[in-house]
Amino acid sequence: MADGPVAELLLRRLEASDGGLDSAELAAELGMEHQAVVGAVKSLQALGEVIEAELRSTKRWELTAEGEEIAREGSHEARVFRSIPPEGLAQSELMRLPSGKVGFSKAMSNKWIRVDKSAADGPRVFRVVDSMEDEVQRRLQLVQGGQAEKLGEKERSELRKRKLLAEVGSWRDRPFKPYNFLAHGVLPDSGHLHPLLKVRSQFRQIFLEMGFTEMPTDNFIESSFWNFDALFQPQQHPARDQHDTFFLRDPAEALQLPMDYVQRVKRTHSQGGYGSQGYKYTWKLDEARKNLLRTHTTSASARALYRLAQKKPFTPVKYFSIDRVFRNETLDATHLAEFHQIEGVVADHGLTLGHLMGILREFFTKLGITQLRFKPAYNPYTEPSMEVFSYHQGLKKWVEVGNSGVFRPEMLLPMGLPENVSVIAWGLSLERPTMIKYGINNIRDLVGHKVNLQMVYDSPLCRLDAEPRPPPTQEAA
Amino acid sequence: MPTVSVKRDLLFQALGRTYTDEEFDELCFEFGLELDEITSEKEIISKEQGNVKAAGASDVVLYKIDVPANRYDLLCLEGLVRGLQVFKERIKAPVYKRVMPDGKIQKLIITEETAKIRPFAVAAVLRNIKFTKDRYDSFIELQEKLHQNICRKRALVAIGTHDLDTLSGPFTYTAKRPSDIKFKPLNKTKEYTACELMNIYKTDNHLKHYLHIIENKPLYPVIYDSNGVVLSMPPIINGDHSRITVNTRNIFIECTGTDFTKAKIVLDIIVTMFSEYCENQFTVEAAEVVFPNGKSYTFPELAYRKEMVRADLINKKVGIRETPENLAKLLTRMYLKSEVIGDGNQIEIEIPPTRADIIHACDIVEDAAIAYGYNNIQMTLPKTYTIANQFPLNKLTELLRYDMAAAGFTEALTFALCSQEDIADKLGLDISATKAVHISNPKTAEFQVARTTLLPGLLKTIAANRKMPLPLKLFEISDIVIKDSNTECIQYVGAKNYRHLCAVYYNKNPGFEIIHGLLDRIMQLLDVPPGEDKGGYVIKASEGPAFFPGRCAEIFARGQSVGKLGVLHPDVITKFELTMPCSSLEINIGPFL
Repeated sequence: MADGPVAELLLRRLEASDGGLDSAELAAELGMEHQAVVGAVKSLQALGEVIEAELRSTKRWELTAEGEEIAREGSHEARVFRSIPPEGLAQSELMRLPSGKVGFSKAMSNKWIRVDKSAADGPRVFRVVDSMEDEVQRRLQLVQGGQAEKLGEKERSELRKRKLLAEVGSWRDRPFKPYNFLAHGVLPDSGHLHPLLKVRSQFRQIFLEMGFTEMPTDNFIESSFWNFDALFQPQQHPARDQHDTFFLRDPAEALQLPMDYVQRVKRTHSQGGYGSQGYKYTWKLDEARKNLLRTHTTSASARALYRLAQKKPFTPVKYFSIDRVFRNETLDATHLAEFHQIEGVVADHGLTLGHLMGILREFFTKLGITQLRFKPAYNPYTEPSMEVFSYHQGLKKWVEVGNSGVFRPEMLLPMGLPENVSVIAWGLSLERPTMIKYGINNIRDLVGHKVNLQMVYDSPLCRLDAEPRPPPTQEAA
Repeated sequence: MPTVSVKRDLLFQALGRTYTDEEFDELCFEFGLELDEITSEKEIISKEQGNVKAAGASDVVLYKIDVPANRYDLLCLEGLVRGLQVFKERIKAPVYKRVMPDGKIQKLIITEETAKIRPFAVAAVLRNIKFTKDRYDSFIELQEKLHQNICRKRALVAIGTHDLDTLSGPFTYTAKRPSDIKFKPLNKTKEYTACELMNIYKTDNHLKHYLHIIENKPLYPVIYDSNGVVLSMPPIINGDHSRITVNTRNIFIECTGTDFTKAKIVLDIIVTMFSEYCENQFTVEAAEVVFPNGKSYTFPELAYRKEMVRADLINKKVGIRETPENLAKLLTRMYLKSEVIGDGNQIEIEIPPTRADIIHACDIVEDAAIAYGYNNIQMTLPKTYTIANQFPLNKLTELLRYDMAAAGFTEALTFALCSQEDIADKLGLDISATKAVHISNPKTAEFQVARTTLLPGLLKTIAANRKMPLPLKLFEISDIVIKDSNTECIQYVGAKNYRHLCAVYYNKNPGFEIIHGLLDRIMQLLDVPPGEDKGGYVIKASEGPAFFPGRCAEIFARGQSVGKLGVLHPDVITKFELTMPCSSLEINIGPFL
């Protein structure tokens, strides 16, 4: 504690002194543990600008056992030198001396001695100089006398390398204050991916694992033709109302439409054909030209299927997309004017409703959703249509998780797809499963500029098939 | 999806049995309905206006049931009950008959003045009907549901129902100048001209939504009887004179509109639903409508159509193996009387006038599947073998996102729609210079344009997170939209998306070197070497209204300008409600594919 007796003592001493105090000296003077003084310094520092402290490190040196022996007896090389008489000594004999091996090579490199290899009874060692200075012994004696600072850094490190000198206070053997393992670590500085887009990556991954090819969806602006008419959505359909769709003032109209195809679409709407009664109304080209912000990515699917139909012969495909769509809706906690739609499409000969359900089961299993049931529904461009429900453990009820169906022949046949080809498709929003997954109740907490970046920083990995979190305290919308 | 509200006890009485809420929910689910809410009038009022107002209200239990948007025959209690009873094989679907009257047929004559405003009309008579309070309420409610849905808020079709005994035919459907139309409308005590009425209804919470349909037209549609009594001024209001009550016995129904097909469907629905309460159940008295060209038609059509579908087609589309007889039985349960004919594989299906939603064999297939039970269908995996490919632009985006985060930047997700101010004024630009696409019907300024740059979204994200520790390092890789009149462009819509990468650095110092370093890193990731040669990249001093003078550079890569980086102008910072310096980078990543 900052208000402990040591801190108070420290402050009094500091007040009395000028130029600061050395914590180690103070500790010695007060007869207390150095650690106690350091603790007081730290807690005073934590208060803000009360005291200033700088870290000083002092190094002290002491001799190793071998170092002490040398200080007393002289270095190995000196001892070798001294043991050589004027007439020399046989090398084999010298090597048997206690300091022989180490001392010999050092004395050689100091050029104190020489070896005569041509001597009669084997190599013989002779002195080269008459006398020498035992620098090593002198330096060690200095250290022993407490004057280590008189040695240069280089000299000290040389002695240390020879294991004659060791740093005192090496932290290896010191006692330390125990760590508080309950405290948090310091998070690394890092960038973060947005949670919704992490979920998007996982959905892409799932589709790719299932062999689905990604459709181009990089056109937010779409003509009413591709967004509605091509999907056999009649021109008076409520979705085409100003209240539901963002239309464009500029550019107000699509510049070009594939006119052959447009004619077939017009006929199907107004008169029927391909086995259909049609809607029996006056279909207007002007209405189809009106530009809008696409209300679903199914417009991109329609373009992709039209392109597919132009390729002969027909080859089966599996397509997917995940991108933004726009609705001129009333905004609330779960609805924004723009959101992401996930869409999967399979086109092949002889696909059934059972196939649609089978592929939905595989898809949702990868999301960790295994309890599914299907409800009849109505979509303007699919027939049969089914809503997909899953049992939500947290909410204890069946919740709608997607919409699906078989594209109507009135949509596919005017494109030029063969009659026996069925196209099954399903869609869901990216935001809703993400909100359920992360327990987010307000969509604005997830999407847009008002999100709390802390939420982005803290969001975990997206593992859709892993155990869900415990349910949120408030009931999710 | 329309929601129909019915009294639970009345519903169970008509169904001839009771259900628990769970049982009824299950039945709805199976049939393609959704029991959306269980409530009461009292609860509804209390929720909307508080407990005090709800004090005297009824606490009879109401079921709110969501009905598929194309099933107009299920929009009232009568239809729901009939549908469910047939589904459960408790009754056979009734046969609806049009009969000629004993006396003179009621006639509605359309004059040519209606051509420009609301050219079509159909009519019918419900003779000797017996209402109760509940039946009467349901009759009114059905008209409202039809108006809201198939009638497209009365724009396509408007329904008028009248006490025939107060009127005398023949009737004339014409169009007149508003000042020449004068009558006592429903629920008013005196006569008003049409001009006056349009003014009065401007403040009427219900009727004000329909005024626009005729408001600016020189002539308003109006229907008179032979004595000059106004039946209605479609699509706004009926006359008070011929108003129906619980005691009305004979009802004249007229539907006027701009869509002939839908007018006929609406009339068929009303008469099939409520002829149940006529003395001769399920019979409807015909009326004659004479068009301006002199041709005359008899309504309601009440047409039964025969369709032929092969049993193996149904089996193949659903993925089941049922005998033709069983399939015929399933379809009959869906109100589509069916029998096996011909070679024993053909099923003949009778489409009743209530099922206008059946326009193709696929609609019949769906009904067979519903009756079979979606959840009884065996799930199988398609054998479709395909190799997956990523869309190259998205693949590059995904790769870059991860490395942007690895470079210490945090990903933002901002809106593609914004105000003109965000992309123009706040960045020191004139809106005309942005080449932005403009939305014609935004409800608020937030949705005036599609963004032409990602920068405003990131700056707004910072503004909303000013309490977060500095520095803030954000990025986004997403699409912007630019007007594009190039007809070569594959979209042909006159606008094009571009995939942008934008990053900002917000701190006590501008940090140009940080953003510049990020550019170097991005180029390293994209394998674009520094320098102008060999498709490298270089930045050159430039200027822009969003940047501080002398602190802006244009980025050239692979021989073209791909974007800009620099220190933002203090005006920009202030306009986005920020206080610290900020540097930014925005490039188009398309050229790096």
